[in-house]
Amino acid sequence: MLKDLELSSIELSEKTEKIRGEVREFLDAELAAGTFTPQCDTWLSGWDENFSRKLGERGWLGMTWSKEFGGQELTALDRYVVTEELLAYGAPVAAHWIADRQSGPLLLRYGNEKQKKEIVPGIARGEVFFAIGLSEPNSGSDLASVSTSANRVDGGWRINGSKVWTSGAHSAHFMIALCRSSAKTEKRHEGLSQFVIDLSSPGVTIKPIRLMNGEHDFNEVFLDHVFVPDDMVVGEIGNGWKQSVAELAFERSGPERFLSTFPLLVELIQVMQEGETTERQSIAIGQIVARLFTLREMSLGIAASLEKNISPEIAAALVKDLGTQFECEVTEVARQFVSFPYSDKFDSLFTKALIHSPGFTLRGGTTEILRGIIAKGVGVK
Amino acid sequence: MNEVSELIAQTAEKIMQNLSTKEVISESESGIWPKDLWRTLADAGMTKIGISENLGGSGGSLQDAFSFLQIAGKYSAPIPLVETLLANQMLSTVHLPLSDDPITFGYANDSESLNLKRDSNGWKLFGSLRYVPYARFSKYIVVVVKSEETNKIVLVDLNECEIKTNQNLAGEARDQVLIKEVSIPESHVVQTWEFDESKIMLSGALLRAVQMTGALERIFELTVSYSKQRVQFGRPIGQFQAIQQQIAILAGELTAAKSIVNKAVKAFETGGGEKEIMMAKIRVGEAASKSARIAHQVHGAIGITEEYELQQSTQRLWSWRDEFGNETYWAAKLGQEVISMGAKRLWPFITMRS
Repeated sequence: MLKDLELSSIELSEKTEKIRGEVREFLDAELAAGTFTPQCDTWLSGWDENFSRKLGERGWLGMTWSKEFGGQELTALDRYVVTEELLAYGAPVAAHWIADRQSGPLLLRYGNEKQKKEIVPGIARGEVFFAIGLSEPNSGSDLASVSTSANRVDGGWRINGSKVWTSGAHSAHFMIALCRSSAKTEKRHEGLSQFVIDLSSPGVTIKPIRLMNGEHDFNEVFLDHVFVPDDMVVGEIGNGWKQSVAELAFERSGPERFLSTFPLLVELIQVMQEGETTERQSIAIGQIVARLFTLREMSLGIAASLEKNISPEIAAALVKDLGTQFECEVTEVARQFVSFPYSDKFDSLFTKALIHSPGFTLRGGTTEILRGIIAKGVGVK
Repeated sequence: MNEVSELIAQTAEKIMQNLSTKEVISESESGIWPKDLWRTLADAGMTKIGISENLGGSGGSLQDAFSFLQIAGKYSAPIPLVETLLANQMLSTVHLPLSDDPITFGYANDSESLNLKRDSNGWKLFGSLRYVPYARFSKYIVVVVKSEETNKIVLVDLNECEIKTNQNLAGEARDQVLIKEVSIPESHVVQTWEFDESKIMLSGALLRAVQMTGALERIFELTVSYSKQRVQFGRPIGQFQAIQQQIAILAGELTAAKSIVNKAVKAFETGGGEKEIMMAKIRVGEAASKSARIAHQVHGAIGITEEYELQQSTQRLWSWRDEFGNETYWAAKLGQEVISMGAKRLWPFITMRS
């Protein structure tokens, strides 16, 4: 039971560090050229297709994938370093984020040749973007209760239902939807399948679900008799649950689970540095930095396990739980030391962090769901 | 972990299970020296582990030493293992003979507390040290004193000192050592470039953090097993979500503590590790506070009794988190460093390889 909680400590290779250096050089140049302004939570709301294309040109999307499908055949740790640099700089990465993180790997693992050849290389180029089609109005934490239906028709499937909290659906090309393809039985996890839905198909209606400040990241996607051809079924019909769970493993332990508010922390230190540093400030920053460093160490430990094809589900849930709490703590510490309003830059970072913070501990599995997984994993339940 | 390390860990665990029992720990609090436990570990070479054989140690890596200390921490071993290992380590760096007996260490935290002066026959040491771990059970104390502009390691025979007993919350000996003009032979005073006050603070912080991860593991195991046994409202309390959520937090704190301590040990082994050790003591201290509270809450009233073993670990955690710098002590240092480096250097500082 304790073994599931052990994470190895890894040392990144020279080669990986060299990639980090290249990414930093690129980001510094982009910053200098003013192509982006650092912001918090950019993997949700920093949609910039030009920026994604630039990353694709440099080979920083689909990095671990086979060259045949547009990848670079680099390691998961190489990819880790690129993503953490992008997040630490607060760069606009939302457009490609989902596709690069989970849709591409899902298609490469379960998809057919057509999907791999026609869709995946576009992801690696930073030209094809995806949305996640898991949650529904009546299925949030209880994912197996999805009721969007897929009915067999000539040459494919007709999809009916709706998906919610689909970030970026209004700009993405595709959504991978988890649907019920045969009637629900006692075994709820059976009879589910995944489909690649072309979001420009007839019958697809996308309506914004605005955040409390009016910001538009999320949508509800209505699917009214949407036709999906057979070759856009992902993997096997009926295997959707297992495939979705595998998809979630890519989601939970990455650096985006503790770096969403990092740009605010950088600005906070900038503000402190400009004035006279007090002991209270030092203590708060010392504690925050110790937590951050520990989280990164844990998250790297998981990346190293994923590299060895071990899926440390419990440890991943732990990192997401602790990491998302941390993202909220940064916001709170910033508030305690800098009176709002302060400066345009600080205010903008702080507001974004604060408005987005309730979402940190909800998306990708709520704190409570994660803790349930952890408790079960250590033998309680 | 390689095979040898695995074997060391297994042996240590077995010895601890047999000899570091609740009774032995309780007796030690009333001043009875756990001689069997010490003797068995010394005979197995474990009191000098992690120091190379050329220098009089029993070999093994520093990682082996740390994993042994983690086990000792888990079983609340009431003997100066950390202290003897660090004191022997100090002796080995200046080529003084190591000790098979328990020894401890101290340092002058201000220039007034210890004074070392030359004398016609060698040296004279006088002053006093507070809160010295296990002084009453130790044969020697190894101290670092600044004298004639350099730091010196001094080996002092504790029989020549007066000891006023004191203890920490957990009942571990933390004595006052009064040194009234003790003569020290020339050979027992050696100049050191490696050890000074801050190096000892850092080493002590890392060693306590390592022990704490052991104690955290212990309270985690006790809490999980209690939640499965204790039945209320007709079912084990572990079946209630309220309890499960708390245990999940406990698991998170344990994992975080182990991760950062592993990292700090690795960095320390390669000769550095200052920032990692500071972070480890801060983060493990936080984990200790949070975890002790949860472990007691889940255990209910039985956990706060003398009779039940949880208190031996929680009281150690409460003591150790404050020894060699508590969270705010190190956070103030670390934070000061980070802020003065500047905002642009934060990310490179986090990602810098050790």
